[in-house]
Amino acid sequence: MPQTLKACAPPSYPMAPRMIPVTRFIRESQDVFTFDLAAEHATPFTPGQFNMLYAFGVGEIPISISGDSEAPERLTHTIRAVGPVSAALGKLQAGDQVGLRGPFGVGWPVEEAKGFDVLLIAGGIGLAPLRPVIYWLLRHRAAYGRVGVLYGARTPDDLIFRSEVEEWRRTPDFQLRVAVERAGPEWTGDVGYVTPLLSKLRFDATEAVAMICGPEVMIRATALALEDAGLADSRIFVSMERNMKCAIGHCGHCQFGPLFICKDGPVHRYGRVRSLLSYREL
Amino acid sequence: MAAQVDGAMAIVTVEGLEALLQAIQARGYRAVGPTLENQAIVYDDIESINDLPRGWTDEQDGGRYRLMRRSDDALFGYSVGPQSWKKFLHAPKLRLWTAERHGENTTVTPEASPNDRLAFIGVRACEIRAIEIQDRVLISDLYVDPHYQALRARALIVAVNCGQAGGVCFCASMQAGPRVKQGFDIALTELLDGGEHVFLVEAGSEEGHALLAPIPHRAASDDEIEAAAAVIERTASSMGREMRSDDLNELLMSNLEHPRWDEVATRCLTCANCTLVCPTCFCTSVEDVSDLAGERAERWRRWDSCFTMDFSYIHGGSVRASAKSRYRQWMTHKLATWIDQFGSSGCVGCGRCIAWCPVGIDITEEVRAIRGCDAAAEEPQ
Repeated sequence: MPQTLKACAPPSYPMAPRMIPVTRFIRESQDVFTFDLAAEHATPFTPGQFNMLYAFGVGEIPISISGDSEAPERLTHTIRAVGPVSAALGKLQAGDQVGLRGPFGVGWPVEEAKGFDVLLIAGGIGLAPLRPVIYWLLRHRAAYGRVGVLYGARTPDDLIFRSEVEEWRRTPDFQLRVAVERAGPEWTGDVGYVTPLLSKLRFDATEAVAMICGPEVMIRATALALEDAGLADSRIFVSMERNMKCAIGHCGHCQFGPLFICKDGPVHRYGRVRSLLSYREL
Repeated sequence: MAAQVDGAMAIVTVEGLEALLQAIQARGYRAVGPTLENQAIVYDDIESINDLPRGWTDEQDGGRYRLMRRSDDALFGYSVGPQSWKKFLHAPKLRLWTAERHGENTTVTPEASPNDRLAFIGVRACEIRAIEIQDRVLISDLYVDPHYQALRARALIVAVNCGQAGGVCFCASMQAGPRVKQGFDIALTELLDGGEHVFLVEAGSEEGHALLAPIPHRAASDDEIEAAAAVIERTASSMGREMRSDDLNELLMSNLEHPRWDEVATRCLTCANCTLVCPTCFCTSVEDVSDLAGERAERWRRWDSCFTMDFSYIHGGSVRASAKSRYRQWMTHKLATWIDQFGSSGCVGCGRCIAWCPVGIDITEEVRAIRGCDAAAEEPQ
């Protein structure tokens, strides 16, 4: 077992990446791709944590880990190509090397949620940071109450992890609804935002934990809807995104009020960030 | 740390100070201190006390810094200039590592930590506080900046109690000065009024004591000790600015939509000067460079500022696009959220951001404006 949870001392040079080969590359959609890294070089992570990935000569970006925290043979990231670094990472092939630092940050409250109903609400690429939670729930299904997943994307072509989503849909005791904002006649699922689909899920609002990942506007709308449904803001968790250069609390870029997204997050209790989210350009 | 070595204060002459500076260098330190350059007092290498701005002082106000001649030969008769010691400890530009491709494999070599032993000559109380604040950010959490740590651990601090307050000084408001209380190896108080130009010295560490022991000195008289205390007291009571600081976290965070932010944004040029001259501002960015063949790449770290658009850029745009939001980020971080993050204010009251703001925006005045019509405080009692 190569990946026992060793108590890792922080590296002496925390800004220097380790170069790790890509073992598998998967195209998920037109602009989203997934690759596995040879995980024997990696440090164990918890769902919701992220790594800094470096494309040689181009730069480094924070990427949430999208794989199974209990499958030590691969370390998986899912990325949407939106800038020069993510575009460069999208050109990698098996055998190429990627620079890796991490894992960093505070992840999803999978331990705290034990015994509760669990609601996962993902928008777009936001499904990637939540996929480790789904793997976790499937492995430890008996420890949780009802499970519901809402996944929204812009169009059917933007859906990722499609075959897995279908597997989850067929899993007993696993509620899953997928919505797209725009679709042609071939789409037979829900159309619109994910928030209204909350009413289609069975859960006990007083005994539920919700985890949200997606665009900030979607996070705010979903959290409000969950509060309306009766969830306490201390049981709603959101994953936030900000510019990040170091991931170790030194560069200052990811500040959000008193919080450093890199070390206090990226996953935050909604009650902690709700008032901050109400200010424009904070 | 501030243990009084032998519990005694001593008096050294100007010649004695020169001997101390030579002893510091003989012990292997690279001495850096205030020098006159480009019509400002800046920190640079010094070899002798003759390199110090003897007989000069400065006049500072919002957006204004001018050097003037003094009527005496004071060596430290001015307040802080545009630079701070962070330019040595937390370099403006630093290569972090080099990556080289060898066929399939790429190796990454971190930049070795420096071995320099720096002696900072003429560190003011507010600047010691600023260094302690950067210590908290860069070397006191889980992750440690190895370059900062290496330089900081070896640095010698020769502090100076300020003999006069500058026009933009408000260290007394921030409880950061003007008296040097801790964090020094040697502390000096320049005495000019007794007919003789001398320095009251005290050691704050074993290293400071070892350096002072062989320097010609005499025991300080009670009168001289009193005179030094009076110098500091006079400085404390003549601060150019003041700012109530005990409630700033609550005041600013409950006024995030105060109209003053819009008003200051009409003046702020978002030039980032305030963040560059600030002795505690620590933000950095990284730049990746590679050679034309694509065989070798480097990552450089450089000072960055929350006043730039790029600072908060995530795909789709900048989080803080308006000048209002960027000024608000800087000031609320400095005075309010810094306390949540690191247990103290990020401001030491040095006033550099006031003097070096091209349009003279005054942080103490901005706080007063917000306090003057504090939305939260106007609620019925």
